[in-house]
Amino acid sequence: MSGSRLDPWVNSYAQRTAGMQASEIRALFAVASRPEVVSLAGGMPFVQALDMEMMAATVSKLLMERGAIALQYGSGQGDVMLREQILDVMAEVKVTAHPDDIIVTTGSQMALDLVTRVFCDPGDVVLVEAPSYVGALGVFRAYECDVVHVAMDDEGLNPEALSEAIAKLGAEGRKAKMIYTIPSFHNPAGITQSQERRTRILQIAKSAGILLLEDDPYGLLGFEGEPPAAIRAQDDEGVIYLGSFSKTIASGLRVGWAVAPHGVREKLVLAAESAVLCPSNYSQLTISEYLATQPWREQIKIFRDLYRERRDALLDSLDQLMPVGTTWTKPAGGFYSWVTLPDGLDATAMLPRAVQHLVAYVPGTGFYVDGQGRQNMRLSYCYPEPERIREGVRRLAGVIEGELKIAATFGTSSALRNSPGRNVPAPDLA
Amino acid sequence: MSSYLVLAGGLSPERDVSLRSGRRVAEALRTASGVEVIEADVDASLIEILHKHRPACVIPVLHGAAGEDGALRDVLTSLNFPYVGATGAAARSAFDKPVAKNLLARAGVATPTVLALPHATFRELGAGGLLTGIREYLGLPIMVKPTSGGSALGASIVRSAENFPSAMVGAFAYSEIAMMEQYVKGTEVAISVLETHEGVIALPAVEIVPESGIYDYNSRYTAGTTEFFAPARLSKDLAAECARIAVLAHEVLGLRDWSRTDLIIDEAGTPWFLETNAAPGMTETSLYPQALQAAGLNLGDITKVLVQRAIARG
Repeated sequence: MSGSRLDPWVNSYAQRTAGMQASEIRALFAVASRPEVVSLAGGMPFVQALDMEMMAATVSKLLMERGAIALQYGSGQGDVMLREQILDVMAEVKVTAHPDDIIVTTGSQMALDLVTRVFCDPGDVVLVEAPSYVGALGVFRAYECDVVHVAMDDEGLNPEALSEAIAKLGAEGRKAKMIYTIPSFHNPAGITQSQERRTRILQIAKSAGILLLEDDPYGLLGFEGEPPAAIRAQDDEGVIYLGSFSKTIASGLRVGWAVAPHGVREKLVLAAESAVLCPSNYSQLTISEYLATQPWREQIKIFRDLYRERRDALLDSLDQLMPVGTTWTKPAGGFYSWVTLPDGLDATAMLPRAVQHLVAYVPGTGFYVDGQGRQNMRLSYCYPEPERIREGVRRLAGVIEGELKIAATFGTSSALRNSPGRNVPAPDLA
Repeated sequence: MSSYLVLAGGLSPERDVSLRSGRRVAEALRTASGVEVIEADVDASLIEILHKHRPACVIPVLHGAAGEDGALRDVLTSLNFPYVGATGAAARSAFDKPVAKNLLARAGVATPTVLALPHATFRELGAGGLLTGIREYLGLPIMVKPTSGGSALGASIVRSAENFPSAMVGAFAYSEIAMMEQYVKGTEVAISVLETHEGVIALPAVEIVPESGIYDYNSRYTAGTTEFFAPARLSKDLAAECARIAVLAHEVLGLRDWSRTDLIIDEAGTPWFLETNAAPGMTETSLYPQALQAAGLNLGDITKVLVQRAIARG
């Protein structure tokens, strides 16, 4: 006699769905959506800083003048005019290319998916930073890649560790398919690679014959000086560059892009057509209209100033309030700081206590595939107002102090709650 | 025509479960009653919503603090809104697991030996010696969990001495007081109880067989990871005994309308009382809806009956 599993398809799912399970940690993030909770967890851009009347006028003009095109299917590679405009945007990070080298995608997340689909068979190795962007880890996992973390230091991906990882794989008769890196204002580490470091990483990748996948969603959101030049600015054959309008214009429009060598790009276009036929023409033309008619560089400056003020609020309050033994990175741009808790504390185990004290963060384990990161958390400052950030840090400091007492009592903090689910917030969580 | 109000969400760690339960109950009630059913969260706007809509009945589908601890029910009582389910005082007795276990033990029901201690006691007396004493008293394995709250959040089984401290930390992450309970190996069953004008009846027991061996959060809310048998594979006598205990728990704890009692049946065939939920989960993978289905009943129709009862008692 067999019972019910409440899902008639339980024996039909692909093996890759094994990790797609309910998660205790994810359930806690549902509480973080309440206004009482200061969420330092999600990475939602502060789109409220856009001039909504201007956006409405832009969309209205688009529909009145080019509605029949905006609401129709488009090219699988993306709108030609937008691809030309993307060249202007990438000039800010010193990337030069031809419009034909660009494929427009549904957010750069889709570009990540396409690149992995085109390059990786199950079991292929992808080298990623330790820690790395959770959305990329999800894609690599979905394609059943063997993800290998490579250590970072204060300047980002560590070249020696990268060389060692490549050599170790070589000794096993294996070779990585890709090195995935976020050189500027890293998510979640908040670290930026120096230009020397970028050059060194590129050299290592090239000499090993491994493709470099450069993800640069935050490149224009630096708080001091010029935006850092992308690695792609140094090489147009060995690097695929991923860009996004999610942080510089509007994440809800879901427009990103990839710049790839021509052979790769052709495959990406075919893969895109099989996945979605074409990216949204409406979103693309909205972005295109915006870039053509609005002072977009000024708007990015508004975003930079706003995020700088929030970064300062976070770092100042961490300085003032965090218990001894807590350390954190000091981002020069982007959305995130990476916190290391005092020895013996476990950010995953501590999250329920934090949520009950009305503050949320993302535990570090979500940014690794191998269980590392228990002592870490990612704090995001992009969405809450500075006053709320200060209040959030005040609450968090109290939570950590409470946890230190519990750890002192029991000589441990690890509750060993290693949920197999996806332990990060959904994209629509602040 | 007046409306009904389903309350779901809240600030508890079970918010997500509650929201899913609430949506399901609201939809079922809407279909069954034809009456407008409003869904609301428990937040600063609640009192205003209550006064604005003046619902004929409130259906709290809240899990965890404020929903199950009785506070919100006391608020509804004070504002003279009829509501489905236990009174505040009764809900409090069920919500505090050691209190509920004590009441059932006094009524003659077997329940695993339990100790409940706040963190302060461990800090003041020293955790090392205390945990050793507790381990020797209860014997391994030991079930550690928060004294309140559900969905197995913060709960873990201690099978070796070295895992005991981390299990305590896990429970204290959810609650100020942790309970340590003698672990009973056996078959897990949940017995849903329904109270209508015909009296208090137990619905068919649902037997729970998690694939992982542990009915944790993941096994509860990921469809496919747990096999359920409804009715449970029990002898007629044992099924009757489980039903008797569930009805007894409902009455001893002074609950109303609906409840769900979780039991574990050991190898000798003795049912052990673990806990009773005054606000049972109603999600797609929850036990109460499965019991209703096994009894040939429908969530919407039953909720409608309970709503009418609540309105009648005022």
